[in-house]
Amino acid sequence: MKQIITGRAYVLGDDIDTDQIIPAEHLVYSLSDPEEKKNYGKFALSGVPKIGAGLPEGNKLFVHEGKFESEYTIIIGGKNFGCGSSREHAPACLKIAGIQAIVAKSYARIFYRNSVDGGFFIPFETLDKLLNNITTGDSLTINLEAGKLTNNSSGQTLKLQPLGEVVEIVKAGNIFEYARKTGMI
Amino acid sequence: MGLTITEKILAAHAGKDKVIPGETIWVDVDVLMTHDVCGPGTISIFKEQFGKNAKVFDPEKVVIIPDHYIFTSDKHANRNIDILREFVSEQNLPYYYDVGTENYKGVCHIALAQEGHNRPGEVLFGTDSHTCTSGAFGMFSTGIGNTDAAFILGTGKLWVKVPETMQFEFTGKFPDYIMAKDIILQVIGDIGVDGATYRTMEWAGDAIMNFSMEERMTLCNMAIEAGGKNAVIEADEVTLKYVNKRTNKPYKTYHSDQAANYFFKKTYNASAMEPVVAKPHSPDNKALVRECSDIKIDRSYIGSCTGGKYTDFLAAANILYGKKVAVNTFIVPATTEVFKDLECKTLNGKTLLNIFKEAGCEIGDASCAACLGGPKDTFGRTHGTEVVVSTTNRNFPGRMGSKQSEVYLASPYTAAASALTGRITDPREMLN
Repeated sequence: MKQIITGRAYVLGDDIDTDQIIPAEHLVYSLSDPEEKKNYGKFALSGVPKIGAGLPEGNKLFVHEGKFESEYTIIIGGKNFGCGSSREHAPACLKIAGIQAIVAKSYARIFYRNSVDGGFFIPFETLDKLLNNITTGDSLTINLEAGKLTNNSSGQTLKLQPLGEVVEIVKAGNIFEYARKTGMI
Repeated sequence: MGLTITEKILAAHAGKDKVIPGETIWVDVDVLMTHDVCGPGTISIFKEQFGKNAKVFDPEKVVIIPDHYIFTSDKHANRNIDILREFVSEQNLPYYYDVGTENYKGVCHIALAQEGHNRPGEVLFGTDSHTCTSGAFGMFSTGIGNTDAAFILGTGKLWVKVPETMQFEFTGKFPDYIMAKDIILQVIGDIGVDGATYRTMEWAGDAIMNFSMEERMTLCNMAIEAGGKNAVIEADEVTLKYVNKRTNKPYKTYHSDQAANYFFKKTYNASAMEPVVAKPHSPDNKALVRECSDIKIDRSYIGSCTGGKYTDFLAAANILYGKKVAVNTFIVPATTEVFKDLECKTLNGKTLLNIFKEAGCEIGDASCAACLGGPKDTFGRTHGTEVVVSTTNRNFPGRMGSKQSEVYLASPYTAAASALTGRITDPREMLN
């Protein structure tokens, strides 16, 4: 498990649903074919209305035309991030686009489980206010051991919530590694 | 201290006498359901993790129902059906409802019920968030992703954090113009799209128990729109009558104890309910239908697991009988069984299908169709700035295809009444 995650922030609002994360028309590509799955990176967050794409200004592309990887590596979300469908294509597309962590006020539970059990990235929660403190493009550092998120652009530090019941799965890497570690499979 | 239905079912499947909300347990799975959108990804993770010659934990407990992207020329979508077919044949799975055959059913949540896979007291996981629909049968059911489904395919087990239960009780009698869709939109509007996050939504009260199984499914279907882990309605005679016609497998019914612990309880007066819509772009953006009568629509869409069952179409036919629609109106039965009902069942001497055709509606084949947009050639999909009144379950930006279109979620009564006037219309204007 990576202890330090650094990268630039892409800031989103409340209730970002999985249709915004990856619109349903794109759910036809293979998630196992290395070339075909790049399509998921290409269309990641393509359903987010322009006004909310990269706050506070909006109208910021997450992935540029012709690319499948994003220049941003940490997503900042509001409440109920990942609500809606159970499509694992949602955390998968963000991972394919290069996302290493999400920090949000809260998550919809299926998205949260999928992120952890599939080992895509760690979905962090914080009680601190995110939206006014972080701007799209800010340089961030997440320190896992310290449970802190530092905005290098402003110097401000926010406290991350403990991972709770999923911590052992996160440490193992995914649900299969956890089950192997505990002798279940 | 007593237990709720959900706690009792989870305890029984974890080999425990009782469970406490917040506790993490491993449960034995009775049914795993997957479909064409998430099946291929699930299968590839299963093979990667358990080996390419691995066998599923129990072929009797795996149900595969292609339903999302069926009538399309999209080559990737069609390739995904081939992947399902190959897996079913390699694993010798008895419950596969293949496209293009007599076995084809349509929308998985309704097909599960109609084919006898929903049984009280059981634990069912599905790779679709609306798997919570099956809770209408007094069982535990919830949506999961490909990884969790692959884990179940290999082990027959999954971890669950025991949810707290919220109880919504409706006492008395609903007015004739009120449908389950109005009730779930009312409740989501009251508690918000994350108002039940990781909690059980338990439905109770004589008004709820007077609902048909179809209406109960509509109520449970949209629990996920409030963030619910699952929804549940205790099994009664109505449930058993439906289930016993469709399966010979044994099952067990559970009831919540009087002294069960609830996180939240609310009682509504059923007779005071009014028709409601969810305005764009969120299922909790509630308004009374009568407050929206100046909103013009371009399209009415009646279909999906939420609003494409026999009782939904009977309601719509009541309104559309002998009249002409004013806007494009799409009729999409959830399953082939529902389609047969449209062809055979009558209202005042006419089949429902003829009532819709004579009203000028367009009829689609059984599938998820435009509920979630889908490939460009999907029946009923939006492509521009259409304003749609729809019996489906989600109105997120772009959900029905175009990011510029606007979707109002409503009951089949409201969708049909609005189809006749071209504006959002309270069904009371038509039913009196």
